[in-house]
Amino acid sequence: MAKIKIVHYLNQFFGQQGGEDKANLPPQKKKGAVGPGTALAGELKDYVDIKATIICGDGFANEKKEQAASQIREYLIELEPDLILAGPAFNAGRYGMACGMVAEIAADLDMPAVVGIYPENPGYEMFSQYGYFIETGDSAASMREALPDIADFIKLYLKREGKPGSPEEANYLPRGIRKNTFADERGAKRAVKMLMAKIKGADYDSEYPMPTFDRVEPAPAIEDLSQAKIALVTSGGIVPNGNPDRIESSSASKYGKYKIADFADLTEDSHETAHGGYDPVFANEDADCVLPVDVLRDLEEEGRIGKLHEYYYSTVGNGTSVANAKVFAREIAQKLLSEGVQAVILTST
Amino acid sequence: MVKEIEREGLPVVHVATVVPISLTVGANRIVPAIAIPHPLGNPKLDEDDEKNERREIIERALQALTTEVEDQRVFEKLEV
Repeated sequence: MAKIKIVHYLNQFFGQQGGEDKANLPPQKKKGAVGPGTALAGELKDYVDIKATIICGDGFANEKKEQAASQIREYLIELEPDLILAGPAFNAGRYGMACGMVAEIAADLDMPAVVGIYPENPGYEMFSQYGYFIETGDSAASMREALPDIADFIKLYLKREGKPGSPEEANYLPRGIRKNTFADERGAKRAVKMLMAKIKGADYDSEYPMPTFDRVEPAPAIEDLSQAKIALVTSGGIVPNGNPDRIESSSASKYGKYKIADFADLTEDSHETAHGGYDPVFANEDADCVLPVDVLRDLEEEGRIGKLHEYYYSTVGNGTSVANAKVFAREIAQKLLSEGVQAVILTST
Repeated sequence: MVKEIEREGLPVVHVATVVPISLTVGANRIVPAIAIPHPLGNPKLDEDDEKNERREIIERALQALTTEVEDQRVFEKLEV
């Protein structure tokens, strides 16, 4: 069997261009495999040839989406790969969104895409229909397990000539796409079997799982701002200098509650960011650019808002699990309610 | 986090740079921000202009908090 041609998409970090300082790197292509691509090329050496690697900064891919997409599209048209591989992005939100965008471009060009991703990454939910998303762990520490899984999927994909089968058979995450297949038993019989299992309390697999929409009813609007106590909450990791609670720079296990009653303005002498997922230069220089205390203080003085709550709550939303974030937010909400807060401005980086 | 706080009945406005993520996580009131490393700041501007731009975003956030919404809504511009 002839080897297939792959183009691999990586962010600036895995593409070995640099860290957050290179997050604004526009898309560029390099010949051959880079970083995790080299290891994959090794695992798949009899099957694939990684012809080129497209590298783009996560900041650029998310903030200048149209520009990034049109450049990546041009590269893909020019390189004509048989398959596009993206990531693995693990639970890195911006990287996952970028990989998903690449899958969407690939789908539009009728090219199959394979993306390594953690299921809670928003890039999976947003773009799941455009490619085969292979489940990985939540951080790069699971790279060693992720790469063989991706390689195994590609081998299976080639063996089955582009028809890998259902997500369960081929070990990829559901795409939300329905395909017609032939079953051994007719529908009525299958339905009765499921019903019997359900009555018995036994396990069964629905053939039409209901989508779960976890939405929250919008809370009523504030009627009189001039009487309202407003609190600031952030996932951008703003902490007093020295990070007294030692909130982790990624995968945070805690949040902090900090007094701002004495501050009219945050400065580099008072506050900084603990967040490890974006370039901290701006936030360290002037934390108001993430936690806008100065402006809210002005609005408070002008009487536009009743009061800026004397405490703010902060955590690091960088690869932090949904489960942890839920716990933090529930606790924060209870505290805000007991502190008499009426509305919240939550800022995210 | 936005959703879990709102679940307790407090209106939350999410000031976020990557609006699609905010929509996916289920924020109801969303105000687009400037850039990931400085959502409410703009290092290209001098201090006064930067603060004015930050104020404009906060004005939109306050407008969002005083507006009844039934579904997810992105507050792109300040309405007068």
